Amino acid sequence: MEFGLSLEQRQFDDSLRDFLKDRLPMDRLRALAEPGVGFDADLWDGVLQLGLPGLLVPERFGGAGLGVLDAAVASEALGAAAAPLPFTGSLVMAPLAFIHSATESQQDEYLPLIAGGEIRVAVAFAGLAGQSGAASASLENGRLSGRISGVLDAGAATHFLVYLPDGNAAVVEASATGVTTTMHRSIDRTRPVADVTFNAASAQRLAAANAPLAAARRVLDAGRVVLAADTLGSAQTMLDRAVAFAKERVQFGRVIGSFQGVKYMLADCVTALEPCRAMVWYAAHAQDGLPDEARLTACHAKAHVSDVARDVARMTTETHGGMGFTDLLGLHYWFKRISFNRQILGGPERCREEAAALQGWTLNA
Amino acid sequence: MDLSLSEEYQALQAEIRSFIAQHGDKSPKVGGGRKRPDQKTLDWQKRLLEHGYVGRTIPAGYGGAGKTPDVMEAAVIAAEFARANVYAGLTNQGISMLVPTLLEVGTEEQKRQYVPPTIRGDLIWCQGYSEPGNGSDLANAQTKGELRDGFWVVNGQKIWTSSAHYADMMFLLCRTEPEKSKHEGLSYLLLSMDSPGIDRRPLKTMTGRSEFNEVFFTDVKIPETQIVLGRGKGWYVANVTLKHERLMIGDAGKMTARLEQLIKLLQTSEINGDRLIGMAEFRDRLLRLQGEVIAWKAHNLRLLTEAAQGAASGVKRMIVKYGGTMLGFRLSSLAVDALGAAGLPYESAGEDAEDDDATTWNIDYMYDVGLMIGGGSNNIQKNIIGERGLDLPREPKAAGRT
Repeated sequence: MEFGLSLEQRQFDDSLRDFLKDRLPMDRLRALAEPGVGFDADLWDGVLQLGLPGLLVPERFGGAGLGVLDAAVASEALGAAAAPLPFTGSLVMAPLAFIHSATESQQDEYLPLIAGGEIRVAVAFAGLAGQSGAASASLENGRLSGRISGVLDAGAATHFLVYLPDGNAAVVEASATGVTTTMHRSIDRTRPVADVTFNAASAQRLAAANAPLAAARRVLDAGRVVLAADTLGSAQTMLDRAVAFAKERVQFGRVIGSFQGVKYMLADCVTALEPCRAMVWYAAHAQDGLPDEARLTACHAKAHVSDVARDVARMTTETHGGMGFTDLLGLHYWFKRISFNRQILGGPERCREEAAALQGWTLNA
Repeated sequence: MDLSLSEEYQALQAEIRSFIAQHGDKSPKVGGGRKRPDQKTLDWQKRLLEHGYVGRTIPAGYGGAGKTPDVMEAAVIAAEFARANVYAGLTNQGISMLVPTLLEVGTEEQKRQYVPPTIRGDLIWCQGYSEPGNGSDLANAQTKGELRDGFWVVNGQKIWTSSAHYADMMFLLCRTEPEKSKHEGLSYLLLSMDSPGIDRRPLKTMTGRSEFNEVFFTDVKIPETQIVLGRGKGWYVANVTLKHERLMIGDAGKMTARLEQLIKLLQTSEINGDRLIGMAEFRDRLLRLQGEVIAWKAHNLRLLTEAAQGAASGVKRMIVKYGGTMLGFRLSSLAVDALGAAGLPYESAGEDAEDDDATTWNIDYMYDVGLMIGGGSNNIQKNIIGERGLDLPREPKAAGRT
């Protein structure tokens, strides 16, 4: 037994963090966040060099064939840097959707393009994700109709992959006739959300799964775990910055980190946050290799890490005093990223509802 | 990431499962504790010793199984007993603290005399550390030991002495070299609790039980040879003891078992015919706790892996006591709330009897608060996490009361 990251995973993590540190200093992050499209061509080219788009694509389709745990490691690093990149949707859920729901020839058509960074697929769910907002879609005679709001990674999407209520999916080109995308800068300027309307748009059906709903849920669960990892990385950055600040800032003639009032808040943060890392690893590993635990741990990881991170975001902002509330420090990018992740693919309350249903804990009539 | 067990551990796991299948019915009830082991417990302990499930790494010459220490083996054993809800053996201060200390720094005579009966559960020890004037500042012990005519003559007082009311022996930290510095003036003595001049006064706690004692020493005579390592070495020996404080490997198993009991409690309890598990408020609290337990279990696996690799876990280790006791209290709190008014009748059956489930939950609910205080209170833990874990500056020394 060995519970932890392999040498290769740690090296990959290091190289991704080095890259992001180099390419996303605060002034650059500010500049990229302003338009709020969640995409930058230079940054995208950079992560392409690192092999990020092919992470989950099987080797026979030109990818690295790695697992959700590897994606979670990358996601934590992206969250730590508040990177404006389409990752959870386009580079995690999209390849998994083709792996679990598409035919071999459909995989052959799309997966190499994903791995090569040539297409970016935004993934949307007609209901299953448990998000608030519009979530309807139907496919008839190869035509997709409906409306879905709060779509992740739509800022520079070339395609939409829509999971239908029956668990089968449909792929449409973003530029196809009948597809209307309304972009919204979100509270998190590093990632936008989109309302997408489909009006009899020409679509390709993905219906290769024996158990379509189970396949759709696998994709959703992986997305939840990877978002939890992003939240973890975001919260860790806020905590690291608060600890550093508390060692420098002087008030009443003392470094504020020497006050127990401040010290104990930060001790509470690390006590709650550090087990979240093991939880994310465990849940990610469950997606890769523990099918019996995959759903429950994904629901709980999304819910628990979101809740812990909200507390960490609040307390670390408070540690910075008035400056924490200003735009000047830029700490708010992570606060907002944590807030954004919480609502996408089902918030904690919704995820725990699903966890309850999984265990047969139904409410009294 | 590899959560599978290698073949040797799978073999150990299979062996324990077959042991439990064959003998599990002879196990005493899990939990309880905090009292002198009864005959059933002693018989069970003997059986566990014979199979090497306790005393596993203690040399055969001193009554153990003589295996090489292996945290993964220890974890497999703990997990299997927890899974089957079978008693995993005695865990008193003699076994977990004194025995490893003697094996490291005791004389051959001391090892032969004390280790075998202690691990069998025949010899019960208590720890004479804390004093009324020094809770957290252990090295400041003031109980005096003077060497006169081949005997240490001890005078003073200890407090928070768990199990002193039924213990046979005490390991005692006392000041024998008053002219030396605080840390160099202490010695570590072993004494019989039947020695004349010892007065044990049980300290009744909020649970209604006497889990602790005050122990008074008036000219208590201890043979000169009953010292461990030598004069002025007490602080060093006490730290050897602390070093052997076990990684809380068993705690994740215990936490899981408590969560399982809690789930059953909510599934079976009703108010006006409605199941608690079907009430949103109860169910939500249970779900949140389930998420927390999953996180701490995974964290424990991470610590276990690091321990097996010999890596220092730093702040990851420091958060365990604070985080774990707080979670424990939230678990027992929900249990008490699930029992509701029907759980209010409280008659602790006393030291030697089994309590009913409601009383047991209520004792845990209160005892969990004690756990937040004992062994370094929550605030001390937060100082440790902040100062050693996050490298935050210490509180400036204030002018003390003189």
